[in-house]
Parts: sequence; structure tokens; C-alpha cells
Amino acid sequence: MPRYFTDEHEWIDVEGESATVGITDYAQEQLGDIVFVELPSVGTMLDKGGDAAVVESVKAASDVYAPISGEVTEGNEALEEEPALVNSSPEEDGWFFRMTIGDKAELEGLMDDKGYKAFVEAL
Amino acid sequence: MSDQPIEEDEPLEAIELGKLPLDAWHRDHGARMVPFAGYEMPIQYEGIVAEHEWTRSSASLFDVSHMGQLALRSPENDPELAARELERLLPGLITSLKPNKMRYSMLLTEEGGVIDDLMVTNVGPHLALVVNGACKWDDIAHLREHLADEVTLTHYDDFALLALQGPEAGDILEELIPGTGALTFMTADLFEYDDGHIWVSRAGYTGEDGFEISVHEGSVAKLADVLTSDDRVKPAGLGARDSLRLEAGLPLYGHDLTLETDPVSADLTFALSKKRREGGGYLGHGPVMEAFNNGPAAKRVGLKIEGRMPAREGADVFAGDTKVGVVTSGGFSPTLGQPIAMAYVDAAYAEEGTELICQVRKKSLPATVTSMPFVAHKYFRGN
Repeated sequence: MPRYFTDEHEWIDVEGESATVGITDYAQEQLGDIVFVELPSVGTMLDKGGDAAVVESVKAASDVYAPISGEVTEGNEALEEEPALVNSSPEEDGWFFRMTIGDKAELEGLMDDKGYKAFVEAL
Repeated sequence: MSDQPIEEDEPLEAIELGKLPLDAWHRDHGARMVPFAGYEMPIQYEGIVAEHEWTRSSASLFDVSHMGQLALRSPENDPELAARELERLLPGLITSLKPNKMRYSMLLTEEGGVIDDLMVTNVGPHLALVVNGACKWDDIAHLREHLADEVTLTHYDDFALLALQGPEAGDILEELIPGTGALTFMTADLFEYDDGHIWVSRAGYTGEDGFEISVHEGSVAKLADVLTSDDRVKPAGLGARDSLRLEAGLPLYGHDLTLETDPVSADLTFALSKKRREGGGYLGHGPVMEAFNNGPAAKRVGLKIEGRMPAREGADVFAGDTKVGVVTSGGFSPTLGQPIAMAYVDAAYAEEGTELICQVRKKSLPATVTSMPFVAHKYFRGN
């Protein structure tokens, strides 16, 4: 299952016609203790680069952007009870939402694992 | 993802940031540094919540050297002059402040607006003032403009200020500097340390027992090392300081106190001494007394918010469909496990228990007006 990354520190797993989105370990580290995640409701149409979710850490609210365009099909309900999953398991159990892939071509501009690693190291 | 900085009062790009005496010490201890009050300062070390909880359960060391440490000295033929002069600029009773006692007060404009909040201590030979870092240059200008020329104003910019805060702070400092444990809340004294003098105040801004320690910049790294070599002490940053003071119901200048607020609307009438209310003679006395006698139009209140989504500074507060106020600081309370906030609301909605709504990104969060502090103060007032 290929995983892509954005320069806004979101990751996106692509599985057939569906994708799972979350924020990277680097992102959660920067945000600190996460106390609330506001997820888009199922059926929301997302535009690539547009607002998708909001992460509330103790210190600030931060926007999470849609890595691609598509429709939200599921939100991670576990985050409602335990938002700290984003800190403890950002790239697995702390996923944010699943969505359809509106346009596969939009994936092409994203980074792969290696590219993202280099991107973070250069920050 | 965009990370909004915690402080965005000033456009900082153009300002060269200053370095505090412990700059290297913070970096060596893994601090994440951010611009604050014109300096690079530690916002956190291991994490805000961990530092917050450690302060509430043991003791934390905060560097608050950005704050302005000032002294007002009277001419020798009139030792009371500095106190009388300072009283013209604030609503507290300073002339009767006994040696080694401290008082919280506010510098006011003619309209009663708050220029800054500050601590005034009678050091004996002079008055010591501790003012907010972001306001200190304006405060100095204001003081110099209004105080009689014979009053000498000194800015101790070669002194650092450390805060040791938490339930273990009393024992820890007494072991290191005998005698400090006998200080009670809002008293202060001079002690010897490292062949020099340090000034220790039993005060702070976390709601916990603790001290603020004024120490020369040449000795501060050694003192920070000695304090943190104690297993009960860990360094804590501005992030935890902010969540702690919010739980303690303590207003933060630039957010909960501004030129547009006055001591009455800020619900700080304890700082309006009775004698000064009656006698007047300070900038802003008229407008402040009008608000005191007739009630303020709006009042600072505490809000407990349902759910987990914090309402932050700038969030509108509604009663039904009517906007009745705005949040001035808010966040998630680690101690209570829920969001809390301070807001200014129309006086009619300021009563404890009033049900209000905070509007956050089109979501309506139920909120209840709550008495402050949100978390009880644990000041040491003597055995």
C-alpha cells in the first residue's frame, strides 16, 4: 500500500479507490499534547489543499489540509475518546479520516517516504 | 498543517530578538525556543502537559528573566517620596506597605485602562517593581514621565528572574538557602548565595506555593543547575506557565488585561485599596470609581466548557442568539481534563452558573460561568 506525504505534514495511504489520511510523527511532535481533533463529517467534499480537520493541542489550534480532493467516507471515532492517539500512534491508530480519491493525478505531486524524510531533515 | 504561534501580539520579523542569560542553558536542556516579549524563550522541554502536572505535584523551574525588574529610590531627605509618587499611578496602598511585603497592582491611564499589572515590594531602602516583559519599556517611559525627578528609577537588566513553583518548592529552597522556608506568601527578603545576594519572594503565577528568585546574570546558570540537580525539580516552559496561570484564574496582560479593560471590569477590585478608593489621587481614579459604584458594563469571568474542544482567545460568547462577550484566553485544563477560558461578558451574564455558548469555527460549545480560580490556590500563608 503506497504512502504519500504532503509538505504540510499529512500522510495519505492509498488502497484501491480509497485513501486514509493522518498527520506525521514530525507534526505531532511539533504540536505537542493533542487534546481534541475536529474531523470532517462523512459526506464532506474536500478540495486538495483546503481545510479538512483541526487539531487542538494544549497550546494552539492547527489546521489539517486535504492532501487530495475527494469525499470523506469515515472518521476515526477512536480519536473522540482518545485524541492523544495522535501523539502515541500518529501514523497508525491515530489516523484522521478515510476518503475517496477524486483524481489520482493529484497523488503525483506528493512525496514518498524517502522524499518526506529528506524534506523534514532540511527543515 | 499550519502551526499558529502561541503569541501573535507583535509582528516579530522586524525586531531583533534578545537573548536571556539562560539561553544556552535552555537549549542544553532540550527546550524548544520561541519568540516571546522580544526574546527567544523556552516554550517547553518534555511537553506542556507533563510540565504542568509536574508543577502541580512536585516543583518546576521557570525562567522569567524577560520580566522587568525595576527599583524606585527616594532622595535621602524624604524616604517616603517614591511610595507617594508611585501611588499617583496605581490604585494600591504603597505608603503603608511594610518592609518585606509585596502587593499586586496595576498602572492605570487617566481613563482607568490597564497599562500593565505588576508586583511592588517594599525592599526597605527602596521599592522593587516587577513588570511584564512585553510592557517594560513602555512602563519605564510612563514611570519616568510621571514620577518626580528626585525619584531614581533603576532597571536591573543584568539580573535574571527564576520562578520555582510547586508543592515541593518550600522544602527544596529551604534546604539550599536556609531561611527562605520561613517566608510566607507575598513576602520577600534578601539572602546570601554564591558569594552574592539574591532576592527571594514567596510568590509566583501558577497558583502553587513557590518563589521568584532575583539573581545576578553571572550566577543564574549555577543556581539553575543546582536547583534542577534535585530530583524533585524539572525545568518548565512558557506553555505550562500559561496553562497553570489560566487554571489559577490569573489574568495575563495583553490578553485578559489591556488598555481597554479596567480593574473593576477585570474583577480585580481586591487591588483597589479602600483608602485609595476614598482618597483618590491616582490616574484613572474617576472612571474606576464610576465602574466600582455603578457596576462595570462587562466583567471578566471564568468559563467551563463542555466537551473537549477548547474555546480560545477571540471566540465569541453568546446568550441565545445575542453576542454578549468574547474569550480573552482559553485552553485545555490538564488538571480538570476539560477546556476552560476567561472571557469578558456583559455584566448581566456574569453571574456564576449562567449558561452561555462559545462559538468556535461554527460550532456552539455550551459553557457555564464559573468562579475562579478553576484549580484552588495553594499559597503558603504560614503554619
